[in-house]
Amino acid sequence: MTRELWKGNNAIAEAAVRAGLEAYFGYPITPQTEVLEYLSRRMPELGRVFVQAESELGAINMVYGAACTGVRVMSTSSSPGVSLMLEGLSYIAGTEVPAVLVNVMRGGPGLGNIAPAQGDYKQAVHGGGHGDYRQIVLAPASIQEAVDLMVLSFDLAEKYRTIVMLILDGSIGQMMEPVEMPPMQKVRRRDWDWATRGRDQHPNGERRFLTSIYLDPIEEEKTNLRLLKRWNIIQANEVRYKDYFLEDAEFVVIGFGTAGRVALSAVRAARAKGIKVGLFRPVTVSPFPFDAVRELVPRTRGFLVVEMNTGQMLDDVQVAIRGRVPIEFYGRPGGVVPLPEDILAEIERLSSDILSVDRDPRQEWFKRMSALTPAG
Amino acid sequence: MVMTTSTDKLIYTRPTAFTETPTHYCPGCTHGIAHRLVAEVLEEMGVIEKTIGVAPVGCSVFAYNYFNTDFVEAPHGRAPAMATGIKRVLPDRVVFTYQGDGDLASIGMGEIVAAAARGEQLTVIFINNANFGMTGGQMAPTTLPGQKTSSSPAGREVSTQGYPIKVAELLATLDGASYVVRRSMHDPANIRKAKKAVRIAFETQVQGLGFSLVELLSTCPTNWGMTPVKALDFVAEQMIPVYPLGDYKVSPAVAVLKI
Repeated sequence: MTRELWKGNNAIAEAAVRAGLEAYFGYPITPQTEVLEYLSRRMPELGRVFVQAESELGAINMVYGAACTGVRVMSTSSSPGVSLMLEGLSYIAGTEVPAVLVNVMRGGPGLGNIAPAQGDYKQAVHGGGHGDYRQIVLAPASIQEAVDLMVLSFDLAEKYRTIVMLILDGSIGQMMEPVEMPPMQKVRRRDWDWATRGRDQHPNGERRFLTSIYLDPIEEEKTNLRLLKRWNIIQANEVRYKDYFLEDAEFVVIGFGTAGRVALSAVRAARAKGIKVGLFRPVTVSPFPFDAVRELVPRTRGFLVVEMNTGQMLDDVQVAIRGRVPIEFYGRPGGVVPLPEDILAEIERLSSDILSVDRDPRQEWFKRMSALTPAG
Repeated sequence: MVMTTSTDKLIYTRPTAFTETPTHYCPGCTHGIAHRLVAEVLEEMGVIEKTIGVAPVGCSVFAYNYFNTDFVEAPHGRAPAMATGIKRVLPDRVVFTYQGDGDLASIGMGEIVAAAARGEQLTVIFINNANFGMTGGQMAPTTLPGQKTSSSPAGREVSTQGYPIKVAELLATLDGASYVVRRSMHDPANIRKAKKAVRIAFETQVQGLGFSLVELLSTCPTNWGMTPVKALDFVAEQMIPVYPLGDYKVSPAVAVLKI
């Protein structure tokens, strides 16, 4: 197997092609535009579908239409564009068709900036479109992991007839790393018993329709419960995370994506100084690895949550830990990437400070942060 | 089933492109006629089994219950984008959207213009009844100047509420559009002309000649507060002067189509 140097955005585009992507619909927005550009050449070359849509609204609804025919389909965007797509995502969720979306996240809210950020965690994991649904959200910390998860995304989307969103901090999309590309899969058009391809394509010539409307509240309630039932299966089978140096760790840093990656450098530096600290990095931020975090509680003196936002995953960690062990928080929002030495200083503070479960980690961090960077 | 004797001749029956589900449309509404025209054309062309319809949000949101074809139901205004996604991956399918004026000319203007400009091989049946029907008769982009609706109670005042959007004329300016016409359904002669236009629109798609749209002037007796007959008169006397019937775009390739 050979490793080649790939830029993140190009790499996930090629990985999607190799996973059997049959149709791509997108719209330019920094820092994900290279995906669109790459596929504008690559998809036609393979006789597959590429359309540059009129907007993110257009793109996600093209995805929705293609998804109803049961082919492997995806779009990519960045934060403001994903906000526009939320309507479509809600319909896709309500119709229970598989679709894959990549959000190469940038600083926000609003137009924000084009620097790497993790401010869309809540939108991806807890929010998104209207109504009662959940989606699988995967958060890679390297280009290799992004490539591997890109392939997995299509399998999971089809297996559970769900949305899979890959969230990349802008830096993962923009940087270059050596990558081993997955093998080229054949485009396989499976005979789903729900796909609308015209009656002559169905085994009994039956009429099929796909909709998200259930005017009778009892029917909608059944739909909500069906989605939850499926989600429970996803939660039981698809939780993924990586852990580092946890065997004897007294302190645990928790971070996803780029924040988790930077934290790993800090953890290594702390280990060199004799601090017994490890790293827990969720790969599926949805379903969140609640049980795996909870299992760390009895043997951990304190947790440090590191994010490139003002504490979004922090809420999920707090739910997992239920106030039984102190939690501290360190965040850099707005497109600022934390440095390993910043996180190392936090780890050192964690191991020397008197921790308390009664402290609000976000407010304690905000006080420290305000001393360095006064809120405008 | 209709019983016939050997001396009777069956001249009118349910098109096979229809299911047996009774429609939910109000008495006197022309959605039923428009549905029937589409159903007859799909049957005559022998494409029922390869057709995928895209329903809108609006009164025709349940169109998928009435057509004996595959169907999907789009978010408000997004049917042309959804149809694009379907048609691009299944180019041998017959894909049509069925959209009202709130759906197509208000919230979905971006999607319809872009689909027409790209020359998507789609057929659009556009129902213009000069108001938002399903939500109770609010002003639409197509509401006539001076027309009273539940959200323009004093009548549409063009200085503050703007002018009607003439969809057929607008889309006809796009090079990607191959067949764009406006017809009415207010009397049998016009219904026959509308049927022919719907047929040409679907033939345009099947022959791969580009984007086709038929705008159908329609009634909304319930929200207009008129009897069905008065509503038909309103179309003839009030709507047609604002929305003249005619062929706004017929590409040379479509013009020579033999039906």
